[in-house]
Amino acid sequence: MLDFVPIWTAILGLGVFFYVLLDGFDLGVGILYGFTANRVSRNLVMNSIAPIWDGNETWLVLGGVGLFAAFPLAFAIIMPAVYFPVLGMLLALAFRGVAFEFRYRDALHRTFWDYAFCLGSALATFAQGIVLGAFIQGFEVAGRNFAGGSLDCFTPFSIWTGVSLLFGYGLLGAGWLVLKTQGELQEWARRLGRWCFVGVIVAIGVVSALTPLLELDIAFRWFSWPNIVYLSPIPILTLLVAIWEWRSLNSRSEVGPFAGAIVLFLLCYIGIAISLWPMIVPYKFTLWDAAASPNTQAFLLIGTLFLLPVILMYTGWSYWVFRGKVRADIGYHG
Amino acid sequence: MTFDPLLLSRLQFAWVVAWHILLPALTIGLASYIALLEALNVATGREIYFRLSTFWTRIFAVSFGMGVVSGIVMPFQFGTNWSRFSDATANVLSPLLAYEGLTAFFLEAAFLGVLLFGRRLVPPWAHLVAALMVAGGTLFSAFWILSTNSWMQTPVGYEVIDGRFFPQDWLKIIFSPSFPYRLMHTVTAFYITTGFVVVGVGAWYLRRGRFVEEGRSMVSMTLWLLTILVPLQIFLGDRHGLNTVQYQPAKIAAIEARWDTVSGAPLTLFALPDEARESNRYAVDVPYLGSLILTHDVHGNVRGLRDWPIEERPPVAVPFFAFRIMVGIGLLMLALVIASWWMRAGRRLYDSVWFLRCCEAAMPLGFLAVLAGWTTTEVGRQPWTVYGVMRTADSVSPSLTGQDVLISLVGYGIVYLVIFPFGVALMARLVRTGPLGAGLQPEPVESGRPDLPVRALPSAEPEVLP
Repeated sequence: MLDFVPIWTAILGLGVFFYVLLDGFDLGVGILYGFTANRVSRNLVMNSIAPIWDGNETWLVLGGVGLFAAFPLAFAIIMPAVYFPVLGMLLALAFRGVAFEFRYRDALHRTFWDYAFCLGSALATFAQGIVLGAFIQGFEVAGRNFAGGSLDCFTPFSIWTGVSLLFGYGLLGAGWLVLKTQGELQEWARRLGRWCFVGVIVAIGVVSALTPLLELDIAFRWFSWPNIVYLSPIPILTLLVAIWEWRSLNSRSEVGPFAGAIVLFLLCYIGIAISLWPMIVPYKFTLWDAAASPNTQAFLLIGTLFLLPVILMYTGWSYWVFRGKVRADIGYHG
Repeated sequence: MTFDPLLLSRLQFAWVVAWHILLPALTIGLASYIALLEALNVATGREIYFRLSTFWTRIFAVSFGMGVVSGIVMPFQFGTNWSRFSDATANVLSPLLAYEGLTAFFLEAAFLGVLLFGRRLVPPWAHLVAALMVAGGTLFSAFWILSTNSWMQTPVGYEVIDGRFFPQDWLKIIFSPSFPYRLMHTVTAFYITTGFVVVGVGAWYLRRGRFVEEGRSMVSMTLWLLTILVPLQIFLGDRHGLNTVQYQPAKIAAIEARWDTVSGAPLTLFALPDEARESNRYAVDVPYLGSLILTHDVHGNVRGLRDWPIEERPPVAVPFFAFRIMVGIGLLMLALVIASWWMRAGRRLYDSVWFLRCCEAAMPLGFLAVLAGWTTTEVGRQPWTVYGVMRTADSVSPSLTGQDVLISLVGYGIVYLVIFPFGVALMARLVRTGPLGAGLQPEPVESGRPDLPVRALPSAEPEVLP
């Protein structure tokens, strides 16, 4: 029988990356929203993501259900292991999501929903960062079940990855705002972007140093001969892109900060994938161990191959429709 | 003090799904109602349908948004709290849930924007197509979710290897024996629920003398629809019941609080089922009616709970009362529909204050009936997650402690109790604002989406673009 695991790995890998990228920048915008100075800029910042945020969030459902469908064993082990981060993320996303609706229609409580929007975005981001850190560290497994405790996922390392992601999404969000705004607000976004950039660089440095220390296999994979040659483009490219990103944030470049942040995320994503490959439940189960039955994968693939391109095309089109600078009198109540 | 993670996980699932189910109960009905109004608008060109459609689309937008937010929680529940169930059933159930996600995404992606914000950008027929596609999409969503649920109730088309389910026949899995009945019964319930909301809103306008034309249309049109749907639902409920007698007789025994297997069983109208003594207190029985309803034969044989060992019996009191609440509400609805014929014949449909008050009071009835019906079927399924094969007790995540689930349950409790009342208040405000002027002046975009893609396109607003 045909091996569907590579194609499902590709689909899921792409889906998760799209989610991180798309919801990443709008969560980042939500975090930066807390630092806005006045109502006009708050409205502009909100308007810059309003048309697209819910589409971005739908990727989370596809990611969750996709993991359930393609690699159910990983879903069954990882989800209970990150019980509280997932809980925090879901509650935060719910608060943040309805804040979009309630902020405009419920004038009396505007302030409360403004806070809900910012704190919800930050908590959801932090929770996702903890999931990432716990994932890299691996889980205690007995048979086909998670055997640890629900608080195991909170380690200094995972809390660090949580903080890192706050800076990372913040950088994506700042890049998006530079792209979508102008004048003073754009300058403000650049300024915050520079702070986030510093945080991101420290975060990448610490995580890159710690990860090989956590697991000998990862150190071996990166530093053994000849891997060190083949894999050297990743850190070198990261360094070059980081320099480019810093210069974009300090120049007049409008696209640069966002594009640079995306490439930085992509490189980190590839780096993590290289470190963990071919594990889906790190250090316990490979992608092939955790895969659904071939019959299941084939049945779902038929529809996915048809629906996914349509979804991608529409996503692209909706971004095209809303291209250009956001203005106060467009979109929401001016 | 120790807490049982199994019980708390069940409470948590019940809590999040009970709030969530209220939204499809409204959005599925509203989507079809809006599509109907759009069709009438295109067919007759009458402006009233245009105003009504615009008005209800605004309420649809809020409820759809809340449905998405509470819906994201659902698939994660499977993983966090029911990991052993997920591991065991994923090969069979995951594609059904994934297809639901893809379909819903596809719908959201392609047509919702046009429905909500494309009114002035596309011609009326294209807007109608968008409304039809959104209505179809919500029904597709219901199709896959109810297919998943039905397979858990009446599993077929699978084999079990090493304690895990593997698919053998996808058509059998998707169209499991209880699925057609469950799908029709549920979708009709959602339509009726929405119908009573629309009637209630219309009655409220009529009684206050505001938006009278809109109110009359809502009340009259929807009561015609309910005239068909409420009797149909009673018929469908009976068919669904017969299907349950065949495939889940223990559930029926619990619903009817029947302890002994007898032929010519009575119908117990009211009782306090006592599970410890295996009998009913204060029972009010109607002789032979139970057999007549369940087997369509006065002397039909009805199985009692003693046929099953105690560890395979569902709880009795909860399905017993929930079922009676559902049926009682159904009969109330029927009474209101029959009263509407009387009112219509006497030309008092729009002026009788007490009738309009009854219509307003009936607004929550559908939601209560949906919750009661859902409670009946899900509690009646116990002690199984996959009926007769996998136990609920074997489905829960083994790593969770009672404290873990207590914390999450409190979290969901607080957040939902903030979000849902706000959402309801928001919709109530839209109702108070009313349909006047909708479509006559540009409405500010309020729903968290700007006026996609109305003013964002170059032809409509060139200065937006660089």
